[in-house]
Amino acid sequence: MRNIALVDVNNFYVSCERVFNPHLINKPVVVLSNNDGCAVARSNEVKKLGIGMGAPWFKFKELANQHGIVALSSNYALYADMSNRVMSILREFSPHQEVYSIDESFLDVTGFQSLNLVEYAQSMRARILQWTGLPVCVGIGSTKTLAKLANYCAKKIERFNGVCNFNSMQEEELHKLFECIPVSEVWGIGRKMAPQLEALGFNHVRALQRSDPKMMRNKFSVTMEKTIRELNGTMCIELEERHRTKQQIVSSRSFGIPVRDFSSLSESVTLYVSRAAVKLRQQASFAGSIYVYIRTSPFNEKDPFYSNGLTIPIPSPTDDTKQLVRLALWALRKIYKAGYNYQKAGVMLSELVPREGIQTSLFSDSTLLDQSGNLMMVMDSINKKMGKGSLKLASEGFRKPWKMRQENKSPCYTTNWQDLIKLESISPRNQVTKDGYLRMKNSHLPKLSSAEQAAPRLHPGIPVIARNRITSTDC
Amino acid sequence: MMNERTIRRAIPLFSSKASAGFPSPADDHLESRLDVTEYLIDQADATFFAMVTGDSMRDAGLLENDIVVVDRSKKPVISNIIIAIIDGEFTIKSLGQSKSGRPILIPANPDYPIIEIKDETDFQVWGVVTGSFRRFR
Repeated sequence: MRNIALVDVNNFYVSCERVFNPHLINKPVVVLSNNDGCAVARSNEVKKLGIGMGAPWFKFKELANQHGIVALSSNYALYADMSNRVMSILREFSPHQEVYSIDESFLDVTGFQSLNLVEYAQSMRARILQWTGLPVCVGIGSTKTLAKLANYCAKKIERFNGVCNFNSMQEEELHKLFECIPVSEVWGIGRKMAPQLEALGFNHVRALQRSDPKMMRNKFSVTMEKTIRELNGTMCIELEERHRTKQQIVSSRSFGIPVRDFSSLSESVTLYVSRAAVKLRQQASFAGSIYVYIRTSPFNEKDPFYSNGLTIPIPSPTDDTKQLVRLALWALRKIYKAGYNYQKAGVMLSELVPREGIQTSLFSDSTLLDQSGNLMMVMDSINKKMGKGSLKLASEGFRKPWKMRQENKSPCYTTNWQDLIKLESISPRNQVTKDGYLRMKNSHLPKLSSAEQAAPRLHPGIPVIARNRITSTDC
Repeated sequence: MMNERTIRRAIPLFSSKASAGFPSPADDHLESRLDVTEYLIDQADATFFAMVTGDSMRDAGLLENDIVVVDRSKKPVISNIIIAIIDGEFTIKSLGQSKSGRPILIPANPDYPIIEIKDETDFQVWGVVTGSFRRFR
């Protein structure tokens, strides 16, 4: 039997923010998506208030004020760095790792039978918490689908204490457990499929597990069959260990303010193409087609809606920013219509092929290809050294009024020298009151409501290395 | 924008020198150049940087705007310089122990008091300071 573990950081974005801003500990905190649109991460306190994943900020702003919810803009530089740390630490626990998302990783721990896997998983949790300050949960099962489900149990059911190993549980116990879990929690089922399954009488995971995979394949899809087989312990979805080169590269953003004129739109499209092209060159690929799209806000009922996109095949695949931008702007001109308030634009590079063994078209000039490659190399290395966007195409523009709105972004504590944590020089003698208590400045962001000013308590997840007495903790 | 022609000229014709004559006797003694990152950092995944403000650690050689290397993988030991969180604020001090066995935070500057951790104090060690650095220009 395989032992597959899924390790997942609890409320990842919020947890990252808390590591560097202790004032957020035990407070209701949400992290908002690009442009401060909707909630993309919620602390447990916020979940309890009934604010759902993806809830639009303008809808719960009032509730937020009432309960002193701290809303932060997303700080992807910080989250990416913290994610890399977690993934790198996990790699030490098993050589077989699939990084599944920014805060989730599968580990194959099949070869570790001699160990007590629950203890082993607890040592993963302890190390990640000690080294990075981030709380994680671990689920173990004989397939990826079961590992995901075990992780759900580890998170939701307190007695598991953050680690749930299906493989060490009795079958009967498992069946009972599965009867309490809704089918929507099964990996790959999701919110859309769940109502269909429930309508057919599959009210919990156990019912789905017992269904006939062949029949379900006919009714639904081959994916459904795989899911059911995986729930029964047959590995159908292998770990994808190697970092696959991406099959498409997307770069898109919503605008901070609506954009109407063509020139602002073309500036943003140029920027997105430039970013996508850097990624393209990093993975040593050429793009065989480029897709450009623009749209107005689907939520704004006052303004007319318009959305359009265009794919252009590239006869000689390229990674040259100049060429890609020229094609993208040509496409943009085709789909742009005056008189709309555009809210989002994006580009997608696809039909990617490796740079080696590139087929040049009959009419392309191979020396030209070399030349552009060198120019792009120089451009990338200058931008790496001098900072993003030091050297760019003029069509990207300089003012960028449409740039992303991020009103309450935390500092990039781990990726920018200017943003390091400040170690307050609290407690010179004159600030000590008679009772020996220290008066401290509350200099950290953000301002909290008076209800929130109460003395912060310790985060249950953060180890108290010394409290009252010095005790040693293992890491 | 840089001129494309200058860039082309900057690309060498051969990426490695053709060897002729004796091989260099130094080739057997090749070692990698000293690397300051390697000197300062033991456990990269657990290492963070922080900036000193104020002069409470002056006599330990930590001045305003110095950057300290904080290793969270290290177990704090008495007399270590540590980053602590007290009542929600970060501070940098030496870790000590009072006669009664309570943790105390000792500044390296006589103008600052020793902080005794009381029952009601929220206190945790965030990480151990393993080094520091600063630039002059």
